[in-house]
Amino acid sequence: MKFKLTFWKAVFIVIMVMGVSSTLVRFFNGLGAVSNMSDEFPWGVWIGFDLLCGVMLAAGSFCVIGAVYLFNVERLHSVVRPAVLTAFLGYSLFIVGLLFDLGRPWYIWHQMIYMNPHSVMFEVGICVMSYTTVLFFEFLPNVFERFKLKAPIRWIKKIYPVLIILGILLSTLHQSSLGSLFLIMPSKLHAFWYTPALPFLFFGSAVAVGLAMTIFESTQSARAFGRHLEVGVLVELGGALLVVLWINALLRFEDYLHRGLLRQIVTPSYESYFLWLELTLAFVIPISLLSFRKVRLSPSGLYLASICTVLGFITNRLNVSLTGFETYAGQHYQPKWTEFSVTLMIVAAGFALFGLAVKHLPIFPGVRVPVEERIPIETVPIMAPEVVSEAAD
Amino acid sequence: MSKALLYDATMCIGCKQCEGACAQQNKLPYDDQVAAERVQSEHKYTVVLSKDDKFMRRLCMHCEQPACASVCPVGALHKTKEGPVVYDVWKCIGCRYCMEACAFGTPKYEWHSLNPRIRKCIMCPDRVVAGKQTACAEICPTGATKFGNRDDLIQEAQERIRQNPSNYLPRIYGLHEVGGTCVLILSSVKVEDYGYPSSARLGETPMPEYTGRVMERIPDFIPLWSLVLGGVYWLSHRREEVAAAEAAEKRESKR
Repeated sequence: MKFKLTFWKAVFIVIMVMGVSSTLVRFFNGLGAVSNMSDEFPWGVWIGFDLLCGVMLAAGSFCVIGAVYLFNVERLHSVVRPAVLTAFLGYSLFIVGLLFDLGRPWYIWHQMIYMNPHSVMFEVGICVMSYTTVLFFEFLPNVFERFKLKAPIRWIKKIYPVLIILGILLSTLHQSSLGSLFLIMPSKLHAFWYTPALPFLFFGSAVAVGLAMTIFESTQSARAFGRHLEVGVLVELGGALLVVLWINALLRFEDYLHRGLLRQIVTPSYESYFLWLELTLAFVIPISLLSFRKVRLSPSGLYLASICTVLGFITNRLNVSLTGFETYAGQHYQPKWTEFSVTLMIVAAGFALFGLAVKHLPIFPGVRVPVEERIPIETVPIMAPEVVSEAAD
Repeated sequence: MSKALLYDATMCIGCKQCEGACAQQNKLPYDDQVAAERVQSEHKYTVVLSKDDKFMRRLCMHCEQPACASVCPVGALHKTKEGPVVYDVWKCIGCRYCMEACAFGTPKYEWHSLNPRIRKCIMCPDRVVAGKQTACAEICPTGATKFGNRDDLIQEAQERIRQNPSNYLPRIYGLHEVGGTCVLILSSVKVEDYGYPSSARLGETPMPEYTGRVMERIPDFIPLWSLVLGGVYWLSHRREEVAAAEAAEKRESKR
């Protein structure tokens, strides 16, 4: 096979080279050399983006699985597989990212023997570990189908209800607990972002971003892999997104009203600029867009609204974890390029692995698998356990 | 009974002998250059600050209910019954949540080490267990830093304020802040001017309670939520089964 250098392959290689060099700096010169983290900013962009945003961006799986298996939204069947794949890759890579951030990553297994049940971090760690395992099992049928292994598919089918319920339970727990991480810092985190409602807000934003990411991903992969875009699915997701955004917005408003911050919010200050940016991207633009029926029915309108939502909630989580601490710390935190390059490398690896998986596994109905290996996946509504086993039989 | 340190800023002469003794006790480098540093750091657990001829000492507050110990996922930090909040480096995974969580910004990090540790004042636990004073209290020439039982020290501090009200601000910093700390501070100036967070900001609620309120619900939440999810799953799939059965019946009757 001949290797052809395309634009995106070149970008990928540049990102990888930079990422690997930063990795060397990280593991040979320490955290101080590779990052701008300091005693004033013990958590930087690796926690703020890789952990907090990464886990949020991979929330699509549990939202879609919940809709399909708990509420029988049949139409969403076709996005279950890509969503599970995204989540499985996302969580696995996020654990890789954690190995960069931890000061003593070789002791990460201590989490399992020196447990401190009072620690939110402990709970998040255990949930993420268990959930990644659940995702692995939810992902496995793709591999079994690819190699036409019938028996294991039957086994997975048997435990599938347990996997679904366990997956949603664990997601509820750790998505909200990421917000609880900050509950212990009332004197440090700025009032705009410190609220007892943090766990609820983090869960709410995870659902919103889960839906938005599923729209984004479906549109994006339709382009990248030359698939037919299922507009019906997107419209369904867009409607749900609008509802979830409203719920999120009302929660935020209620929280600010309750804590008497409404006047402070509209007063210009360093923090309020960041808050305005966040609220505009996460709520004002996508809610206004989606309020128009025309937009809600158009793939490009939905695409735009979902991108805004995702960017808005990324801003929100960076505000909670970074911006909100700047006044307390009395200084700004500006990530070093090496911090960015590690994050970029992980994201790029995610894209590459996603592409590979789509190429070799029956992720999307209708994506071509070499003829001699093909299983009649076109007829298989995704991942309905009973149908999966039929296809295997 | 919990041991504590009472620091009386009005008695401090800024000789910095406590800094030196602390460095020696914890095997840290100490020279003129380190002495001139005005912040706590990985190689300086305590620091004596000065401002307009007034002195103020900073060190770990050894909270009665420490945030750092409650957030540590592996329990590498814990409060001993004698009072000190100590650190077991061999457990630590380096997540730095303790640094994020500490309201006083006490824990510092070895940012340039390849096997970094959290560094902070641990209140000389070996000496305390052996019935001795901390190194800083032992060396203090004026008694500005005094070691003793927390309850006794509180009484003594209140007595000092009563006998000499013009000399002190009428408060003991650390008596109620974040639920009480094992370092108590008396002074004629506001501790806030030396980088301590204000009492109003800290509040009197022990920090671990803020997360405890959520964490204590989890054991109830897990079975409840599983039941709800399982119930919904069963219901929605039951509906399918019923629909399938009905369809089958219809076919039957048509025949």
